[in-house]
Amino acid sequence: MDNKNLGHHISRQFNQEIDGIRNKVLAMGGLVADQIDLAAKSFIQSDLEMAEKVIQQDELVNNLEMNIDQECTEILAKRQPAAFDLRMLIATIKAITDLERIGDEAARISKMTIRLENTEYYHDQFHEIQHLLDMVKSMLNGALDSFARLDVHDLAQITGKDLKVDREYASIVRQLITKMMEDPRNITRTLDILWVARALERIGDHSCNICEHVIYMVQGEDVRHLSQDELEKVLQQN
Amino acid sequence: MDDSEITPEKEMTEQTRTHAIDINALARKNDKEQGELDFCLKVKNLNLFYGDQQALFDINMEMAKKRVTAYIGPSGCGKSTLLRCINRMNDLVDIARINGQVFLEGNDVYDKSVNVADLRRKVGMVFQKPNPFPKTIYENVAYGLRIQGVKDRRVLDEAVEKSLRGAALWDEVKDRLDDNALGLSGGQQQRLVIARAIAIEPEVLLLDEPASALDPISTLKIEELINDLKEDYTIVIVTHNMQQAARVSDYTAFMYMGELIEFGETSELFTNPKKKQTEDYITGRYG
Repeated sequence: MDNKNLGHHISRQFNQEIDGIRNKVLAMGGLVADQIDLAAKSFIQSDLEMAEKVIQQDELVNNLEMNIDQECTEILAKRQPAAFDLRMLIATIKAITDLERIGDEAARISKMTIRLENTEYYHDQFHEIQHLLDMVKSMLNGALDSFARLDVHDLAQITGKDLKVDREYASIVRQLITKMMEDPRNITRTLDILWVARALERIGDHSCNICEHVIYMVQGEDVRHLSQDELEKVLQQN
Repeated sequence: MDDSEITPEKEMTEQTRTHAIDINALARKNDKEQGELDFCLKVKNLNLFYGDQQALFDINMEMAKKRVTAYIGPSGCGKSTLLRCINRMNDLVDIARINGQVFLEGNDVYDKSVNVADLRRKVGMVFQKPNPFPKTIYENVAYGLRIQGVKDRRVLDEAVEKSLRGAALWDEVKDRLDDNALGLSGGQQQRLVIARAIAIEPEVLLLDEPASALDPISTLKIEELINDLKEDYTIVIVTHNMQQAARVSDYTAFMYMGELIEFGETSELFTNPKKKQTEDYITGRYG
């Protein structure tokens, strides 16, 4: 079905309200994407100032979430939306929860950066961390893009990346375990690096969730808890 | 240890057991998954003309027994016309011409052998504006039975009470059954009319915008009533209020310009309609 005519409500005010919410979600998405970028950079470069900034900005993300939630609630109460409008609001309420959690993960990474200050880093691990970061960032951007364009064509590709992210994470874990076994004095530091990798892996999961919300919004199909193959089938059917 | 003595743990498990929910029962099942549906009404290739103007175009639909089916659509789309085909109210319109069939429990209501009065006894109807007779509350409800020749006061008393209870009006009027029905409020009058309709125990109830002239609380009472009534009756309701259709009906039919555009389960039609026209209408868009 053609969902591209988001506007066209007889009530122009309703159009504006919906537009306002969508714009805010995209702004929140942009902010969150910046946050993980900054957080990962601050970690790799051990930039404390940048890390502090990420932690501060997390409050912005939180406020946006509450703000958008409030607006969605008001529309539900005032307009009793149906069909696509209803699905869009439900998907939005869920997607911003995931965005907020991604923001939390970014803040978590920054806290690790601050905690690891003055400790000797395993620089050889950063290559993998950077790689993981690039992957989850492209997943998040893809998810936000499809939310903006109401286009689900590329979503199977994005959720497919999550499997790669999981593999990459598993390989980082293996390497870190080896490090810990080599010298137990490394365990504290190594665990912190592990948490960073874990945070990035979670960001991948949240991005996948957003993809699922977009599919629900556009096609009305609940694709949560489907395997990658099943998901691809659903997307092909429509 | 004494058996009657219940240890806290024992009590706990007992409690949890009674409050345990059958997880399998939680999965929502729609009618189709539960098995074959019983259809009470069937409309087949129905066309209706008012003079030269065609008002209904080739309508085909089956309405499930003991379910609520709602017709929605913009003014003039033919939903009331279609509703009135079911109990042949359109016979009263001189210029109306019908071809096609409407089956009630497998029998064509437009068959020549059908006694229209008999049909309308089986298919009760309630209109937008409550239309009680200028008689007592009691006589309003008993009216249908009296025409059928019921004279036994006890039978009438029982039927009146049962119908008024069925229409959720009994508690409000039981002490003034001999008052004039026109003294009731609009919402009460509407429920009285529903009581009158169910007194003769029809199979189908047709409701033509039953709540559109009522305040929100009376509207909710009518909606609550519809939900109770579907235990016993097949209900077809025409409403301009889409949220009302969403709330009270199991199936919804969307009509536009005399055509049946989409007909399906209400939960599906309001969250994920298949046709763009339906989507535009229920979301308040222009096409």
